[in-house]
Amino acid sequence: MRTLIFRTAAPTLTALMLLFSVFVLLRGHNEPGGGFIGGLIAASAFAIHGIAFGVRQVRRTLYFHPMAISGFGLFLAMLAGLISFAFGVPLLTGLWTSITIRDLTVDLSTPMLFDIGVYLVVVGSITSIALALEGREDD
Amino acid sequence: MGTGAQSLTLLALLLPFLGAIVAPLLTRVLKHNAAWVLALIPLWIFIHFAGFLGTVSDGKAVGGFLDWIPSFGVRFSWYLDGLSLTFALLISGIGTLIVLYSGGYLKGHPQQGRFFSFILMFMGAMQGLVVSDSFMMLFVFWELTSITSFLLIGFDHDREAARRAALQALIVTGLGGLSLLAGLLVIWNATGLNSLSALLASGDAMRASPLYLLALVLVLGGAFTKSAQFPLHFWLPNAMQAPTPVSAYLHSATMVKAGVYLLMRMNPTLGGTTAWETILPAFGGVTLLVGTVLAIRQTDLKLMLAYTTVASLGLLVMLTGFGSERAIEAAVLYLVAHSMFKGALFMVAGLIDHETGVRDIRSLGGIGRAMPLTFAAGLLAALSMGGLPLFFGFLAKEEIYAALPTGTAWGTLLTAVAVTGNALMFAIAFMVGLRPFIGARGETPKKPHEGPPLLWIGPLVLGLSGLVAAVFSEPVHLVFSSPMSSAVAGTAVAVHASTVPHIGLPLLLSLVTIALGVTAYLVRDSLRNVVARGLTAFGWGPDMGFDQAMRGLLRLSFSVTKTVQSGRLDIYLTVTFLMVALTLLLPMFLYDELPVMPELPMLLPHEWTIVAIAVIGLGAVVYARDRLTAIVSLGIQGLAVALLFMLFGAPDLSFTQFMIETLSVVILALVMTRLRLSPSDHRDAREKAVDITIAGACGLGFGLLLLKVVENPFDDTLSKFFETHSLAIAHGRNIVNVIIVDFRGLDTLGEIAVVMIAGLAILALTRVTTPPPKSSTGKGG
Repeated sequence: MRTLIFRTAAPTLTALMLLFSVFVLLRGHNEPGGGFIGGLIAASAFAIHGIAFGVRQVRRTLYFHPMAISGFGLFLAMLAGLISFAFGVPLLTGLWTSITIRDLTVDLSTPMLFDIGVYLVVVGSITSIALALEGREDD
Repeated sequence: MGTGAQSLTLLALLLPFLGAIVAPLLTRVLKHNAAWVLALIPLWIFIHFAGFLGTVSDGKAVGGFLDWIPSFGVRFSWYLDGLSLTFALLISGIGTLIVLYSGGYLKGHPQQGRFFSFILMFMGAMQGLVVSDSFMMLFVFWELTSITSFLLIGFDHDREAARRAALQALIVTGLGGLSLLAGLLVIWNATGLNSLSALLASGDAMRASPLYLLALVLVLGGAFTKSAQFPLHFWLPNAMQAPTPVSAYLHSATMVKAGVYLLMRMNPTLGGTTAWETILPAFGGVTLLVGTVLAIRQTDLKLMLAYTTVASLGLLVMLTGFGSERAIEAAVLYLVAHSMFKGALFMVAGLIDHETGVRDIRSLGGIGRAMPLTFAAGLLAALSMGGLPLFFGFLAKEEIYAALPTGTAWGTLLTAVAVTGNALMFAIAFMVGLRPFIGARGETPKKPHEGPPLLWIGPLVLGLSGLVAAVFSEPVHLVFSSPMSSAVAGTAVAVHASTVPHIGLPLLLSLVTIALGVTAYLVRDSLRNVVARGLTAFGWGPDMGFDQAMRGLLRLSFSVTKTVQSGRLDIYLTVTFLMVALTLLLPMFLYDELPVMPELPMLLPHEWTIVAIAVIGLGAVVYARDRLTAIVSLGIQGLAVALLFMLFGAPDLSFTQFMIETLSVVILALVMTRLRLSPSDHRDAREKAVDITIAGACGLGFGLLLLKVVENPFDDTLSKFFETHSLAIAHGRNIVNVIIVDFRGLDTLGEIAVVMIAGLAILALTRVTTPPPKSSTGKGG
């Protein structure tokens, strides 16, 4: 699989797919997309990178262990749910706010934080599986 | 009663468990002298409960509760009447002496702290059992006594015999506990009551219920296992593997009486029927005879006592089930007497063992001069156990002989059983309490000498209390015997037995018992040989039966596991998919629910093309020569389906389907290379035919199911709800995403947790490396 063409294309492809996955994640609330799909796209990106350059390279690039990323995602999702308690509403109630920086208004919400958690769980778990399967006894 | 006393009672129930926590630390600091401090716990509990004696002897009961599971009406509630109060005082009183005794007995033992911890835990459990009012609390404490008994029997866990005995006791009493739970649930179901006090007030409600016999048998299952009734008695002698303080406390004075306690407690509600008055005396009587005969055969002091404990429990069950107030009085007196003399004798046996290094009566003799206090304690206890005047045992025996002979054949038979059993127990009492101390000096590993105070306080106090309680019998009856008998009988009963012998049938029977007992004591060696020969000739006992049953169970589970878990993935998959196909297809055919075949839909040419691609992809999977091609072909089919989703207005679904297909092709290919599978299929034609059939049935089933589902008119309530509210209250236009992250956020939280756990599991699986093949001598599967 490590042909020259593939290895040349892989970094660009990976970067584009990661960018796209974040795009899909963020627009998910209004357009097709969301944390699940975004996470799957990002996981495929890492899988491609792993096939092209080897598992060790991907692990170095990721810096964190994929399972740790997954765990952090679960933590974020739970946190998004628990924030509700601070406002005296039931678990996982959506809370919205927006900040304005000059002309730009950004909507922030707990569902969004929750979706980011979903994204990270999916990326982490699937990447972890893929890397474990790609890896040989050498790592 | 005031809330102050209520919270103190709660503290009394809790304190032993707190003591169990600090015991190891305390023992590390104070060594064996920690016993002096720890004994304050049961002592305080004893004093606290003794404070209720006035109220209870007036015929009133003391109770209290905390809400436990209010939604089910389950409370943490206690109930102190004459019965439970006497038990509570026995447990804490003897407990105090046992803690002291353990301090001396296990002095210098590296795990002494752990031992204190276990024994206090047991004390707390037993205490809770006898004062429990709610069924659930009774059951929890009941099982807790089984568990702590397991820990204590197996205290010397280095020894195989101790481990076996511990496990055996746990299995037998644990099964009994489950039976009790079932019995209590049946009673709850039949009467709607879930507390003992309410049940006691319910009169004939349970006896009149059609479920009465079921409840009775289940409750007896619990009581008979705990109180070691024949043929389930074998665990009790085996439990003598435990250190002697445990034998004295759990396996003679308290825990084994839990079954008797339960029967006495249930007597006003379950008793009085023909079944009750037949089953209980029958089992009790047989247990009494078997116990004494087996005791005669033993030469080990502890085992002799253990078998007489079995016999005494049989006697108690027999009396409880006899069905007259007199018999209940006798049972109450005997129970109290037994706790005192048997506890004392066990401690004496332990003392002899501790100071001489041997507890076989054949090598013991003449140690009375060296151990005068032990001798005194042993003799006092033996006199009570033998039922001689001036001792509490005598009172009990007089009552027994006053109650049993009723003129009927049944009464006469049981009287004969009681006389025989008591005579043999008389002989054993003196073989343990007298024989080692007199006669020619035997050879012992250690030179006999008196033990430290920690060791002789307990047996001496218990031995003396048998004398004191009998001399001052009137006040004792007033505060203990009468309230307890009244609680057991369900009506007010006054006990008047005194140590002054009255001329009459009971005294005559007592004299016969003593004469027989003295004879048995004198001819003990030949008697032992006769019994031993008989048992050897018979060659089988329930203990062996237990082993056979356990082996059978293991064999059964091995063979079941072997059949169900063959370890071959293809068999698991075949079974799984076969079940899927059957559950889908069978109901449809059985109940004639087959869908009506719809007309072929009108599709545009490009839509037909995509359908064709999916079909071709599937065909390629089947006909592919190697696995990699098959996997990629499966991907083609999946992508075609994703395209269909997109064409028919489900972009999110389609999007996800694309990603899932891509990733599953990648991951399947990776798995395949990693598992080093042979590149092509190796199944023969027959296997293929079976697999094709199952796969076809699954496909057909799902197809028919989907057709059937879409036949029903579509209920769009939910869609409407989401359409109206998605943007309005969740600020999102993408309904699918809003559902995932907001409306059904909790589901998603659970799902992502599952995703992560699945990831972890797969990660762990890939880390499993096959160990290098072992030589043929390795362990089998």
